[in-house]
Amino acid sequence: MPHSAGLDVRVTDSSLRDGSHAKRHRFTAEDVRAVVAALDDAGVPVVEVAHGDGLGGSSFTYGFSHTPEQTLIRTAVETAKRARIAFLMLPGVGVRDDIREAAGNGASVCRIATHCTEADIAVQHFGLARDLGLETVGFLMMAHSSPPEALARQARIMADAGCQCVYVVDSAGALVMDQVGDRVAALVAELGGDAQVGFHGHENLGLGVANSVIAVRAGALQIDGSTRRFGAGAGNTPVEAFAAVADRLGIRTGIDVVKIIDAAEDVVRPIMDGECLLDRMALTMGYAGVYSSFLRHAERQAARYGVSGVEILVEAGRRKLVGGQEDQLIEIAVELAGR
Amino acid sequence: MGKATAAIVGSGNIGTDLMCKLLRSDLVEPRWMAGADPESPGLARAAAAGLAVSAGGADWLLGLDERPDIVFEATSARVHRENAPRYAALGIRAVDLTPAVLGPPVVPAVNLGAHLDEPNVSLVSCGGQATIPMVHAVSRVTEVAYAEIVASVASPSAGPGTRANIDEFTLTTSRGLETVGGAGRGKAIIILNPAEPPMIMRDTVFCSIPADADRAAIAASIKEVAAAVAAYVPGYRLRAEPQFDEPSAATGGAARVAVLLEVEGAGDFLPPYAGNLDIMTAAAARVGEGFARRLLAAR
Repeated sequence: MPHSAGLDVRVTDSSLRDGSHAKRHRFTAEDVRAVVAALDDAGVPVVEVAHGDGLGGSSFTYGFSHTPEQTLIRTAVETAKRARIAFLMLPGVGVRDDIREAAGNGASVCRIATHCTEADIAVQHFGLARDLGLETVGFLMMAHSSPPEALARQARIMADAGCQCVYVVDSAGALVMDQVGDRVAALVAELGGDAQVGFHGHENLGLGVANSVIAVRAGALQIDGSTRRFGAGAGNTPVEAFAAVADRLGIRTGIDVVKIIDAAEDVVRPIMDGECLLDRMALTMGYAGVYSSFLRHAERQAARYGVSGVEILVEAGRRKLVGGQEDQLIEIAVELAGR
Repeated sequence: MGKATAAIVGSGNIGTDLMCKLLRSDLVEPRWMAGADPESPGLARAAAAGLAVSAGGADWLLGLDERPDIVFEATSARVHRENAPRYAALGIRAVDLTPAVLGPPVVPAVNLGAHLDEPNVSLVSCGGQATIPMVHAVSRVTEVAYAEIVASVASPSAGPGTRANIDEFTLTTSRGLETVGGAGRGKAIIILNPAEPPMIMRDTVFCSIPADADRAAIAASIKEVAAAVAAYVPGYRLRAEPQFDEPSAATGGAARVAVLLEVEGAGDFLPPYAGNLDIMTAAAARVGEGFARRLLAAR
């Protein structure tokens, strides 16, 4: 069932959250004001703002925030005229008080992420979010590592806990075409009318837009992207390209294609440290199934210890590290340096 | 010299593993195990090991003619909050393995000696037992304004209680880094990893330190305290030398030391990868022996 007469698929722009990784968590209130204003004007319905690793992510492990994320969330809420402001939190990193504070600052969509086999650690957080009157989204991260049926069982745990839309999250940018469709279809079959299904794609194999279209055809009603790909790894599904493709396919997103193309070039690109590229490191992550936000950390440890960043990523994949284990990249680098 | 008598309340994996350790103790004799489920395999194992067992919980235990000197609570925070005042009223020392944190937090390698006369002590959390000693090792040498830990545990070693209350872990551990570890501010992160075969518990401890701190003294202190923990958790080891970083944007402007740990369990009842659970039961046994020494000396 579409969202409304004029909206088939709802897009959430994640450049002010996933882009935090690429920006090394250095967003300022001015950055947020400029991007939110441009996305809002282009008709992007939901804009996510947070540390890349979610509320409470500011740390030695993931990188310290330049500006407190709650300040950025408040700035975004004050700036947006139509768009709703979302935030992300990972149980085990953030806590329920972080959700309360974000709600107090005016954010209205609470997105809660777990590794794709660990949904039951989020039950208490979904419960609180619903009690606070927030719209809820669940993220099953590293979805490439779990088969469709297992993913659907985890989606059921989230939905039963109060989650209103469960996302297949391709954190490693490792899912290829039908693998997306099969997972989305399995979740749609499991959840029926109990919750929507969404898809969050990365560009590490160059498939963000194509995978998102396949997700929509399999029944996804929410799609994530980042304008100008501003995100972890090779970046996220580019919102401006997805909006253009959706328009050509007759999928209504409510986004003004010309305006979002301009926003990508004139507003988002200038605040990026550099383009998010499908380079050797990023492609290695997609190919080896490594969590996209490991990119900058692997680069830093490679420089710090004089070892190969690609080798760090390959070893991270071999060890089956999950999102949040950025600290283990230090140990891998030390070990490689000692060889 | 005799032994202090002990009861284990809670017949799950933790209670069973603790029983295995106490059966080897020269100072503590586990005599009773109380559970809640008559079908519990833990109770059957305890009965086979010669303990008196019942599914009647603390009610059964406290109604017996003979009472234990020490009780180990391996139930849940809620149950311990109910039971603790009853143990205290009867003069039974309580070692709390739940996240209730009613008594002072104790980490054997750091502050056991300070709390041997307390009626009730808390073992904080598994991540706390693994990482607080390292924060202490740094903070006894130099100022630690901020300490942060990441505990990665194998998914099958995180039980339903931990999963339903993961905020309890983060908050309890964070406070323990401050109150026991000696950090100005603490932050704890926990990650569950489902890899097969299950990964052995890993912990990373970051401490901010002054730029001019004596790094050789810090490194020596870390190794000394790690050896003290390894005395009761043989699988507790540094994966690498302590790593020192100069102040930079990535370290929030502070100099930093990182300690990379692995905690492999003894494999008594729980599998060796579950170092997070082993370090709790090993710490509990250690605290129990501390209590026992005190009680036996007074006899």
